[in-house]
Amino acid sequence: MKIQRFAGLAALLASTLMASSAMAETLRWARASDALTLDPHSQNQGVTHNFAHHIYETLVDRAVDGSLTPRLATEWYVKEDDPNVWVFKLRHDVKFHDGADFTAEDVVFSLDRARSENSNMRQLHSAIASVAAVDDHTVEVTMTGPSPLYPNNLTNTFVMDKGWSEAHSLQSVQDYAAGEDNYAVRNANGTGPYILESREVDVRSVLKRNEAHWAETKPQVTEIIYLPIAENATRIAALLSGEVDLVQDVPVQDIERLKNTAGLKVETGPENRIIYFGYRMDDKPLKSSNVADKNPIADPRVREAMHLAIDREAIKRVVMRGNSLPAGVAMPPFVHGWTPELDAFPAPDPERAKALLAEAGYPDGFSVTLDTPNNRYVNDEAISQAVVGMLGRIGIKVTLASRPVAQHSPLITGDNTDFYLLGWGVPTFDSAYIFNDLIHSRNGHFGAYNPSGYADPALDAKIEGLATEIDVEKRDADIAEIWAQVQRDRVLLPIHNQLLAYAMKDNLTLAVHPENQPLMTMVTYGQ
Amino acid sequence: MLAFILRRLLQSLIVMLAVAFIAFLMFRFVGDPVEGMMGVDARLADREALRDRLGLNDPFYMQFWTFVKNAARGEFGISYRLQQPVTQLILSRLPATIELAVVSASLALIVGVTLGVFTAIHGRLPPSSRETLTALAAIILPALALWFLGRGLLWSFGAAALIFVSTAFWAKSFFSQAVMAVSLVGVSLPTFLIGIGLIFVFAVELKLLPSFGRGQTVELWKGWSTGFLTKSGLLSLILPAVTLSLFQMTLIMRLVRAEMQEVLRSDYIRFARARGLPESTINFRHALKNTMVPVITITGLQLGSIIAFAIITETVFNWPGVGSLFVNSVQAVDVPVMAAYLLFVALVFVVINLIVDLLYYLVDPRLRVDGRSGRA
Repeated sequence: MKIQRFAGLAALLASTLMASSAMAETLRWARASDALTLDPHSQNQGVTHNFAHHIYETLVDRAVDGSLTPRLATEWYVKEDDPNVWVFKLRHDVKFHDGADFTAEDVVFSLDRARSENSNMRQLHSAIASVAAVDDHTVEVTMTGPSPLYPNNLTNTFVMDKGWSEAHSLQSVQDYAAGEDNYAVRNANGTGPYILESREVDVRSVLKRNEAHWAETKPQVTEIIYLPIAENATRIAALLSGEVDLVQDVPVQDIERLKNTAGLKVETGPENRIIYFGYRMDDKPLKSSNVADKNPIADPRVREAMHLAIDREAIKRVVMRGNSLPAGVAMPPFVHGWTPELDAFPAPDPERAKALLAEAGYPDGFSVTLDTPNNRYVNDEAISQAVVGMLGRIGIKVTLASRPVAQHSPLITGDNTDFYLLGWGVPTFDSAYIFNDLIHSRNGHFGAYNPSGYADPALDAKIEGLATEIDVEKRDADIAEIWAQVQRDRVLLPIHNQLLAYAMKDNLTLAVHPENQPLMTMVTYGQ
Repeated sequence: MLAFILRRLLQSLIVMLAVAFIAFLMFRFVGDPVEGMMGVDARLADREALRDRLGLNDPFYMQFWTFVKNAARGEFGISYRLQQPVTQLILSRLPATIELAVVSASLALIVGVTLGVFTAIHGRLPPSSRETLTALAAIILPALALWFLGRGLLWSFGAAALIFVSTAFWAKSFFSQAVMAVSLVGVSLPTFLIGIGLIFVFAVELKLLPSFGRGQTVELWKGWSTGFLTKSGLLSLILPAVTLSLFQMTLIMRLVRAEMQEVLRSDYIRFARARGLPESTINFRHALKNTMVPVITITGLQLGSIIAFAIITETVFNWPGVGSLFVNSVQAVDVPVMAAYLLFVALVFVVINLIVDLLYYLVDPRLRVDGRSGRA
């Protein structure tokens, strides 16, 4: 972790030091898929945001260590006499690519657009009551209640120009059900460090450096050619043959080989995403088990046994070829609330696990079906296969059902699974994001990805309280208490955090971004 | 004649409807499109609302009916993945696929016919398995020897290719045995493997040809972008075209060879020889002409499958055609694109079949006579 942060810092330092060497550098950047759209409020998806961050800008940005940093907003604070109002002071002398001035009106327009009917960003802004421009460079966002963490939700909400948007009737976001596409899907006008020059969806996009950008140091990369190459082998071949300079999505099996190839290097670092197993743990019998009268997993001893049966180090070594951080808690180390104590996990102990199963009344184990995605996370299906074997050792007979993620996810949101693998990224870098969807019982806005049947009204109340708690110490104590209970009850069975790998020519430097959204402004040339 | 065409058109329509129907039956098992359209943060209620708006909660026959109604008006909706009109997406990808298909088909035809004739003239009937094995060994063993001597893949590959080609000049019968043996590889190796192999040799190791994409394209007319006019466009075309044509090439070669050997044994060839005509005139003017009828038919039908099933080649080479569009759409459960693509493929086949049928009708006089009483 420390090393990772240091590397990021070093890259930052290097970029400031070397910015003076103004050379024309073209970076050919390949990854597995293209941005889905240029409309910045239409998709809440990592690849799309990653691309948009080069053209559009957000009010606040997230540093590699997870802290918030100024971008279009220079400072932000809760209004003194009203805890429900966030005040944002905006950067001066910022211009959109078409030359229009960036003002508070643009921010008001963009936030209103981001929380409008068809926007996929709107759940992040659901607590907004109204947005108003106080003067040209001050915006006040009035929330429905105290929202101490609201600025965390702004790191992927981009600001569009009000005038440009109105000229092209972009007040609302693309509606799939409507028959036409929106101008913003294929055209862009942001304030960002790069200007879109051309774009062929799924083929290539060309971005040119914005010479009028407000930042004092100009990025070294003057031109970005963005090349989506879906096939793993082809993408790696393109790097090996020198046709691309940077590959963002490197399959784990290629990392060693690329490291040993002259002229190339690989940067790795943990992604802000936890891979874990979940299960139904209420009293209703499991749908896929031979135990028909009750749910074996409802017994805490059985969950403890499953926990002890998993050999996380073996999964790291064999399935991930060393490219993972085994985890004892369902929370990446970047997240507020993480402690090394929570993340500790016991050595696998099949004997003790078997004894626990016998104690719980299942000396011969039981059977259950494990649902796993096979195209979403790094080696997801292989991880599940390994776990099938590990649980088999203690007598739990697991049948594996493997599906593409488009079929897998509905099982979880639709309560149609007994036992499943899922990965969870934490874009707000706060424990509450995990609790809201994975721990809170399913109810209205909460628990969308919690098919466990785990329901504790006291815990739910505590989770809901986190959103409005202003007292930082009290809030931290609550987070610790919730995690203590989640760990004690073994609500989730964490496996590891994925490592990301970026492969590049060895005269480039780019640190791994924990949310897998690296900015090409951070690329530096030279050894 | 007119009745025949009308009947065929009606049948074509039924085929297209059937394809669309089966497609819609299958879409229910592909997964939930809304999953990819909304982020994980999306509220369940919002997802349900979107599903409702898109009509995904309707029974599949209702969805099918809506699709047919819209398709009849030429409306295929908006791509769930890329948010752009489907017709426009497919049209913008079509030039890449058609150019690749035409080049592959020509390559398959030219090389296939040439080698077919060559192996028919110089080969033996039936080919003995012993000679085939000797031929293969003569090519593979030196290559393996170089490999073991640590010369690397390129030397081995080069040596094999050199021996293979040089035998064409001084050991013709041997060469045709070798061609027959190698053609087995073309028929049996999966396209995916051939593509990756070619990329490895010619892009990664030799750095001669691009490994992916279409290179620089030039817009010709109304959005038809062509790769034929630039150097990088032409270079990019080589590997995918070879990969895609390999199967058809071997198919045509074996077909020509078989037909040719049949024709060479017929009486009029013997008489031509007896007349003392030069060997080349006999082979190319008299024999080849009579083998071409089935070849043209097969080639026409294969062109359809080249256009429709370039999917794997396009994926391996990241070729921006309709095939790779389809693959990306399947992963994202982009129902409007999948439906339109499958309909497009059905259309290609139906049109080509129709043309082939009409050609038969024109070529074969018996069909015209029987037209009134019997069936084509």
